[in-house]
Amino acid sequence: MAEAPLLEVKNLQVQFKTADGVVNAVNNVSFSVNRGETLGIVGESGSGKSVTSLSIMRLIPSPPGKIAGGQILFDGDNLVDFSESEMRKIRGNRISMIFQDPMTSLNPVLRIGRQMTESLQLHMGMTPKQARNRAIDLLSMVGIPAPDKRLDDFPHQFSGGMRQRVMIAMGLACNPELLIADEPTTALDVTIQAQILELLNRLKNETGTAIIFITHDLGVVAGMTDRVIVMYAGRVVEQASTNELFHNPRMPYTIGLLDSIPRLDGIQTRLTPIPGLPPDLLEKTERCPFAPRCDFVQEQCWSETPSLRQVAPEHTAACLFEIDREQRQAMAAKKIAEEQAALDAALEDVLAHEQAS
Amino acid sequence: MAVQNDTLLDINGLKMHFPVKSNGLLRRTIGAVKAVDGLSFSVKRGETLGLVGESGCGKSTTGRAILQLHRPTAGTVSFDGTDLTKLKGEAMRQMRRKVQIIFQDPYASLNPRMTVGDIVGEPIRVHGLRTGKEVRTRVEELLRVVGLNPYFINRYPHEFSGGQRQRIGIARALAVEPDFIVCDEPVSALDVSIQAQIINLLQDLQGQFGLTYLFIAHNLSVVKHISDRVAVMYLGKMVELAPSKELYANPMHPYTQALLSAVPIPDPEVEKQRQRIILQGDVPSPLNPPTGCHFHTRCPIVIDKCKAEDPPFQDYGGGHFVACWRATESQEQMNLKLQ
Repeated sequence: MAEAPLLEVKNLQVQFKTADGVVNAVNNVSFSVNRGETLGIVGESGSGKSVTSLSIMRLIPSPPGKIAGGQILFDGDNLVDFSESEMRKIRGNRISMIFQDPMTSLNPVLRIGRQMTESLQLHMGMTPKQARNRAIDLLSMVGIPAPDKRLDDFPHQFSGGMRQRVMIAMGLACNPELLIADEPTTALDVTIQAQILELLNRLKNETGTAIIFITHDLGVVAGMTDRVIVMYAGRVVEQASTNELFHNPRMPYTIGLLDSIPRLDGIQTRLTPIPGLPPDLLEKTERCPFAPRCDFVQEQCWSETPSLRQVAPEHTAACLFEIDREQRQAMAAKKIAEEQAALDAALEDVLAHEQAS
Repeated sequence: MAVQNDTLLDINGLKMHFPVKSNGLLRRTIGAVKAVDGLSFSVKRGETLGLVGESGCGKSTTGRAILQLHRPTAGTVSFDGTDLTKLKGEAMRQMRRKVQIIFQDPYASLNPRMTVGDIVGEPIRVHGLRTGKEVRTRVEELLRVVGLNPYFINRYPHEFSGGQRQRIGIARALAVEPDFIVCDEPVSALDVSIQAQIINLLQDLQGQFGLTYLFIAHNLSVVKHISDRVAVMYLGKMVELAPSKELYANPMHPYTQALLSAVPIPDPEVEKQRQRIILQGDVPSPLNPPTGCHFHTRCPIVIDKCKAEDPPFQDYGGGHFVACWRATESQEQMNLKLQ
């Protein structure tokens, strides 16, 4: 794309000081988001996906957290250097964010109307009356019935799905160029999730807002995003277009994730889980962070941290070797066959024993 | 493994209503939350019955009512021929050995002040299954069975990750050698890469010890994977029950159809071509459920009869039970609606 990206994160480094030492929550993360594009960030808890998004908003609590290095270029300006008052002009205005749990991110003692008009009056210089009218429009845009009456309700008077709609309406209030959605449907039931995802897709087409969609649900990523980055242990380990990532995953962690989820439209008799435990971020050694859990681990993986390298056009992965999904499945099949053979052998032993006696 | 054709658990007309009291001095009962409202189903020995539904549909309450953690308002829970709702005191305590539960939240369901050895060892001691030093040996054995290092026996729950804690919870359930385990959302609090480990473990244990599961979850993909039969609940009632393959291939209740179509599939090309049935609105309050069929307020193919009369839970052949007036024509009607 010839146009400069809307957001460019370069070598971002975020650290947290804890009693046990410094945790590198985000480690040398680089990615970009183009205008109007939806980028998915996939990762498990502790992978650094939420910390990355909070850093873009400059919402990392400091102390204990701090952006230790790197740049966050938004429309050419480096947000890392912005003062708090400069940031306030960006937040909720040009970049806004919706969170996982709408109950804890809305103020329970203020009416919805008050919370929605605040940013409109602040950023868009609207009069209270204009702001109220705009808030009514926004609520009806996100599909809330009787918006003029609901404006005077408190958050607890809304259901979970409705609250998330209010959050989305607030997020879109000032026509942001970038919307960060941090697990926006994780707390919702599946039929409500379908409503919200449909709403986000419709709004994206109507407003042309770029979205960073953070989730751990690969199904949601498949339906919502144009491009995906996969994070593990505070690092980007794979980056590709959504189609490419799902059809040709090249990082053993991504392959493992795809193989470990049961699919509604498939028949698996047994899942192939990723062995081991999620990484300990306190540990600081030069090695591939996924090495302890990887089926293909080799000598070299323990001595150097692989950086992203190109494995296909517009597809990068942080793995030293050429590994694809077939190889892992073949390996898993071999393992199961070996286990079965061992079982059979043991059974024959027992039978032979019994016959002998 | 082969499912034997005898019934282990038989539930008949189970109701669980929670009274709602007024705020006044008298605290009069002014209504009831009908969390579970007339369930009848059975679980065969050795099978896994999946129970799915959205939050508030009464699936967890059903699990707890089976264990008599809530005393049901009405109905019978017959386990291996004994009606659990009639049991008290020592007889109930003895039955608890046979029926165990694994909870959703591995952080809240383990006592933070007890070591793993005490958590898993307590039920063994309480039921007098082992004594003295044998308890410790048994705990170590159980830890090994669920894939934990027996060396962890003196550690506290906070020293473990979510997946490991869930393994401790499973070891605790297994400690009394139960026949039946209610798995109440056992993987939904865990990371994706850990979920598969726990699902495989549960399947292995079932084969090893001949366990019967009631697997409660909201994730339809997981339930499909692990269950022999699946029941779908909506607002305190069962709307559909069928063998797993049959339910997913041929859902007859409009709610099941909507639920299945709402599940995202991890394949961008499949996602692009899918047509979703998007249900409008929210689940109505169980305090004041709709008349007739509870689903009629959100059903895309509702007819007048649905608003007036509650459809019977009926077998449409091959053990495929549905509670819908339009069960036989629902798919056709739904497709017409989508176009």
